Amino acid sequence: MNSVYLDHAATTPILADALSAFTSQASKLGNPSSLHTQGRATRKDLEDARESIAKAAGCLSSEIIFTASGTEANNIALKGLFWLGRKNGRNVVVISAIEHHAILDPAKWLFEHEGAEVIELPVTTSGVVDLNFLSDLIAKRGDEIAVISVMHSNNETGVLQPIAEVVKIAGEIPVHSDAVQSFGKVSLNYKELGLFAMTLSAHKIGGPLGIGVLILRRAVEIPALLHGGGQEREIRSGTLNAPAIVAFAAAVSAKSYDASNIAKLRDDFAQKVIAQIPDAFVNGADVDRLPGIVNITFPRTESDTLLLLLDSEKVSCSTGSACSAGVHRPSHVLMAMGHDDISAQSSLRFSFGPSNTAAEVDYVLSVLPGVIQRGRAAVAS
Amino acid sequence: MKLIAAMSGGVDSAVAAARAVEAGHDVIGVHLALAANPQKYRSGARGCCTIEDSHDARRAADVIGIPFYIWDMAQEFHDGVVENFLSEYSAGRTPNPCLRCNEKIKFAAVLDRARAMGFDGVVTGHYANTRESESGKTLHRAVDHSKDQSYVLAVLTREQIDGAIFPLGDTEKVDIRKEAEARGLAVAQKPDSHDICFVPSGDNAGWLHDRLGSEVGPIVDQDGKKIGEHKGAYTYTIGQRKGLGLTVPTADGSPRFVLKIEPVTNTVVVGSREELAISKIWGERAIWCGPDVTDAKKRGFVQIRAHGSALDCTYYFDGSNLIAELDEPLLGLATGQAMVIYDGDRVVGSATICQTE
Repeated sequence: MNSVYLDHAATTPILADALSAFTSQASKLGNPSSLHTQGRATRKDLEDARESIAKAAGCLSSEIIFTASGTEANNIALKGLFWLGRKNGRNVVVISAIEHHAILDPAKWLFEHEGAEVIELPVTTSGVVDLNFLSDLIAKRGDEIAVISVMHSNNETGVLQPIAEVVKIAGEIPVHSDAVQSFGKVSLNYKELGLFAMTLSAHKIGGPLGIGVLILRRAVEIPALLHGGGQEREIRSGTLNAPAIVAFAAAVSAKSYDASNIAKLRDDFAQKVIAQIPDAFVNGADVDRLPGIVNITFPRTESDTLLLLLDSEKVSCSTGSACSAGVHRPSHVLMAMGHDDISAQSSLRFSFGPSNTAAEVDYVLSVLPGVIQRGRAAVAS
Repeated sequence: MKLIAAMSGGVDSAVAAARAVEAGHDVIGVHLALAANPQKYRSGARGCCTIEDSHDARRAADVIGIPFYIWDMAQEFHDGVVENFLSEYSAGRTPNPCLRCNEKIKFAAVLDRARAMGFDGVVTGHYANTRESESGKTLHRAVDHSKDQSYVLAVLTREQIDGAIFPLGDTEKVDIRKEAEARGLAVAQKPDSHDICFVPSGDNAGWLHDRLGSEVGPIVDQDGKKIGEHKGAYTYTIGQRKGLGLTVPTADGSPRFVLKIEPVTNTVVVGSREELAISKIWGERAIWCGPDVTDAKKRGFVQIRAHGSALDCTYYFDGSNLIAELDEPLLGLATGQAMVIYDGDRVVGSATICQTE
């Protein structure tokens, strides 16, 4: 067996259509902001791409702002909407406790540098944001809240979040959602959800690295983080990355993601893992999750040891948690779901994609018991 | 063999890993994160687990072409090395944290974990040699005596030596740098670390002061007469002459030296050069790196500092302590330091100095 890649939530192979769109666009001359023939030609390709992404995401093409990453889109949204709200005396930023660091850290920055008050929404033990807490918070302090940001699905557990309900409870308060993991995997429509802002990223769906999207409601003006040529509604200056944008659109249009097959593979895997290792358990097992992600806790192990051992068996997965200086810290997501330090560091995320097969699952299952056994011996040593 | 290469981000461990690969072993690089809150950048010869160092280690592993991971040993390091360093100082002894790290972390926590995971041993960039002998694998000095690190490895038990691979022991340091250059390793000219890695400022006294406080106490002569004051006994070392701040001169005008540090009474005892002379050393917690030492007196060498000289001695084990009788007296020796016995270039064993005479 060649290597088995079960880390599609980190990044997934670029699709053939996206790669060819990228290389063909990269060989064309023209800055899309130029007024001459070449510029117009590039602008045409780019706007075609914008329209097809907008259509897939359920927004107007004018609501799409291209960025260099999902992280950048999250930063623009959270900081920009905070500054917009502060003009009207709103100083509170509300985020869920399980956000990606691309929201957690800008929120921390707003607290440290802009005097924002940051309130984290707790989650249930299944990893779903606590709507009662949100309702109470809004009832008490709704007029102080500048922005609410709740991810569409969690990157570590795959647990889907009740965004439509969050928006309903929020009323007039702007809601942003980081939909990087959900886009292209589950039904997702910006307009239908009633969101104010939403983040997408190309490389999670077979597009290239280095291109993200912030969808921001039409005619909303927020302060920019990058100043320069005034591209993208003067919210995100910088020459547009036409090859990556066109390739992103190609990945969106390819519709290569067979959610039901991937979910079947994932469920089959999880079920057999639990059969092999009876004290292992799936985090968020009882709620709706993305088709491709399963997060499993293996008691009496350390996830970085398991990752090393699996890697040496040619199986690539993830500890799911963030790295701090290269050192795995207990996952804040699992901690928010009620894990303690130790069990939060005993969990692995396996994320499946279109390229995975049943034979690969069988192979992983053939090496896993030995890995867990050695991993447990290492902890006990 | 399947080996874990401990990679600090320095030139030695990078070349050691590369040599282990070349020798045909199946090698995985591991950087030990020893600081709970690592500094971003390294400054000169200080610190050895900054984020910059972990990047250097990763880059070296990538160039060598081996997998690379970071192991978080910050808690183990804090409990086993830093806490011990502080408690030893507050007990009036002078510990060697590098030795302690080898004993508790690199060849204990790391080797144990590696073995449990199915690896056969740990490769490090220490300058030392091992040899196969009738009584098993033995530990020896490196060819480059100026870089020899067998002293700080003398805390390894036979079982630990069995799992230790030191690929650099046969080479001079200058040649290791040249080899790193030839291998395309960017760390070829990176400065060596000298100071204590968890004291990034290099100011040991200041670091201890911040953690142990500074309680003023008396400086007394050997008759117990107070002749001055100190600002924290742990900032003094046995044999120290300068910086005592004494204003009462001796009768004959000869200099005074620190003879003893008494933590319980927070007293520093000073006296003449002659009183510093030591001719017999007792060490507790003896570890044998080869065959056991018995009560039969043997001739050999004792070394009491990492880069100190090897002193001719007669050594034996009295059942509880390792004892070395020196041919020539030695001036100034702090308890808490390690005494390492050599038979030629072979490391016989070590013990922690608990008494001198």
